[in-house]
Amino acid sequence: MQLADAIRPRLKINGRHHARPRWHVGNRQLAQAVSLAVVAVVLIPIVYLILGALGAGQEGVDYLIRARTLRIVGNSIALMLSATLFATLIAIPFAWLTSRSDLPWRRTWLVLGLAAMVIPSYLTAVTYTEAFGPKGILQSLLEPFGVERLPGIKGFAGAALTLTVVTFPYIVLPVRAALLHCDRSLEEAGQSLGLNRWGVFRQIIMPQLRPALSAGMLMTALYCLSDFGAVAVMQFNAFTRAIFIQTESYRMDKASALALLLVGMTFVLLLLHSRMQLRGRHYRVGTGASRHLEAQPLGKWKAPALLFCASIVFLGVVIPLLILFSWLVGHTITDPVQVPLTLLLQNTVGVSAVAALVVTLAAFPLALLAARGATRFNRWLVNLAYAGNVLPGIVIALALVMFATQNMLSIYQTLPLLIVGYAIRYLPFSVGATESAFHQINPRFEEAARSLGLSPWAALARITVPLARGGILAGLALVFLNVMKELPTTLILRPIGFRTFATRIWSAYDEAFLSSIALPGLVLILVSAFALAIILRREEAVA
Amino acid sequence: MSLQRFALFLLVAALCCIIAVPVMGDYVLTVYSGRNESLIGPILAQFTEDTGIETEILYGGTSAVANQILTEGENSPADVFIAQDGGALGALAAAGMLHKLPDATLERVASAAFVSPDGFWTGLSGRARVFVYSPESLDEHGLELPTSILDLTGEAWSGLVGWAPTNASFVANVTAMRVLLGEEETAGWLAGMIANGVQAYPKNTPIVQATIDGEVVGGLVNHYYLFRFLAEDPDITSTLHFFPAGDLGSLINVAGAAVLKSTDQPYDALALVDYLLSDTAQEYFAQRTYEYPLVATVDPSVDLPALADIESPDIDLSDLADLQGTLEMIEESGALD
Repeated sequence: MQLADAIRPRLKINGRHHARPRWHVGNRQLAQAVSLAVVAVVLIPIVYLILGALGAGQEGVDYLIRARTLRIVGNSIALMLSATLFATLIAIPFAWLTSRSDLPWRRTWLVLGLAAMVIPSYLTAVTYTEAFGPKGILQSLLEPFGVERLPGIKGFAGAALTLTVVTFPYIVLPVRAALLHCDRSLEEAGQSLGLNRWGVFRQIIMPQLRPALSAGMLMTALYCLSDFGAVAVMQFNAFTRAIFIQTESYRMDKASALALLLVGMTFVLLLLHSRMQLRGRHYRVGTGASRHLEAQPLGKWKAPALLFCASIVFLGVVIPLLILFSWLVGHTITDPVQVPLTLLLQNTVGVSAVAALVVTLAAFPLALLAARGATRFNRWLVNLAYAGNVLPGIVIALALVMFATQNMLSIYQTLPLLIVGYAIRYLPFSVGATESAFHQINPRFEEAARSLGLSPWAALARITVPLARGGILAGLALVFLNVMKELPTTLILRPIGFRTFATRIWSAYDEAFLSSIALPGLVLILVSAFALAIILRREEAVA
Repeated sequence: MSLQRFALFLLVAALCCIIAVPVMGDYVLTVYSGRNESLIGPILAQFTEDTGIETEILYGGTSAVANQILTEGENSPADVFIAQDGGALGALAAAGMLHKLPDATLERVASAAFVSPDGFWTGLSGRARVFVYSPESLDEHGLELPTSILDLTGEAWSGLVGWAPTNASFVANVTAMRVLLGEEETAGWLAGMIANGVQAYPKNTPIVQATIDGEVVGGLVNHYYLFRFLAEDPDITSTLHFFPAGDLGSLINVAGAAVLKSTDQPYDALALVDYLLSDTAQEYFAQRTYEYPLVATVDPSVDLPALADIESPDIDLSDLADLQGTLEMIEESGALD
């Protein structure tokens, strides 16, 4: 499961394969040198964040400990906890239904459910404000029943709903994979000892799901803390929105103080998670031929199960798409600024492609070190490369603006800086995917190639890379998908006049030109869906 | 499509992207605009078409862009700054970052109230702060039109008013309140509005939409947004109310422009400012953005009280420079929570 591996944030390198092939010294040194350079770039935002926050001095400290800032902390934590909880509660039954039950059209439900992750959070949020607003579509449907006005979903409710819907696929993916790999014989043993189906699920299956579940939940929690689009649209004062408001009025010291606090919180979350993982013992599934998993009959639960899946798909995909379509054809105010769709497509795909390739190349030596040269030093190097996981896009962008304006004005407002911003953010995805691909290659293959006279480089190029190709490319596609949707980094770091789908949607939303949101939004979803489909097809092939 | 082919496609796309990046010549006029592209973009494109002077334009919030120029200092790539309010221009003038404009440019503007007293910036178009409201909703709730912006903290308006607390024009309006009413009373008004359940929106446009949808009865906006809706749908009943008798709610502000001292193209920069004061551009502002033209030769295009007839509070727009202080006050008030 490359995808699940790639999106699994972690602090330590799994020591799965300890076999260390003898490495040619020159080879390792080169990988180390390149990795050092990459990590140096990754550290720029952290350094500038600290410098920026120090610049705020006592004023910054006062700012951080005032009640209003503490409320932001509270808001962010509440949002993270509730969205993660709800997403989990949806994801577990959804994953089970689409993998282990005899639910009709299982695959279709799965694909449609996962499709929620190709719709950027800001688009989902914008369409929800239309659907569930005080005088929105839901209200007009309820009008005959005397509902004059709904309370509206701006604020906490809207942000939590949006984030639940867009993040639950991140839990479904690993959990479903784990369900498919569960050892059937354990369940049979449980049944024979008198457990009913619920008992089997609770006592046999759930413990086996724990690692996957905790990885997925962590991913969701990190997503919630770093998401900007949903909280900005719903005007919920979580960290990212507060930072953006400070950045918008160019108060960089306060913005960095807030950002540093957010990074600290994210880091603590990762730390807690890794502690929990260390404490719990997850027993491995026994070896031997795994039994074919037969589908569990749903019986009278079929109808509720179908209803459940349908409502998830309805919330996650149908509502956003329907509303975008209605804006496309509905007569809303014409935007005086018409940007050709081809230009947006070209810019978005082009810059995302460059970013994906840069990230993949940068991740390669790091993954190599992680998989084949796991010394203490290298372990730290790779851990630092995962910094993107604790650095939300808006934080990276903010720090890079400070770096460029203070030190390298020549790259300020240029594409290279934007690419660096994307690269730092999404490097973990690529390192994760590539590393896990390397881990799956038996080092004996490389040793055999070496013993047959291939140089270290040739062994790498002709044995390792071809074998790891699938995983590396899956990471590439995943980074591409995420860069295309990325909003805050693009907004803050883009060169003057450079537009992508994300920035176009954002500025059209800002000015309420709904028809200008619709077309770029739909095309962005289409392109993202295409990329996701390719990734998922490979997933299936691997599984 | 397989992953391999997809990767190949990305490679090709990346190469195209790198090749397609235009190599910008040094001779491009850099404009920092605090006005949204939908308002100013078309006339800037027209400028390039008419004069052949290429421009690149950074769009952002007015106070953000002003602060960005202040931070960039001498190194700022900006040649021209276009702002949504006089205060931001005043702040840059006070920091000594603006070029003095020639008298010939400043004299185009009919009223001396709408140019910098020291000649550092000029107004381009006028915008009045108003109360947009739906007459039906007003009747429905049995309300009377407010005579002052200060009335909106009253119980009767609880939960029925919209504002856009981060919008530059709103910030300028609150700055005017600070200048004329003092800090304490202004902070009190903000607190009163929040206690009264004011609905926050990200921008002016959604406030107008909210009055149409009946989400709120009325809202504090600039006058021209409503006309964009009316142009699309003449049946919209929402309408404008100008607070009477020099009330702070009826502040008239300007969108203006200035030339940066650090510019390397002063002539082209001035050419742009002059172009924006030409009849062509002023007619554009009158007809397309529904603002008040500021030159004597062009009239407003829509049904509006004459600029001179609005009883605006008596204030020098350059005095509205402390936007930062206002932003802090708004943040402290809890309006952004």
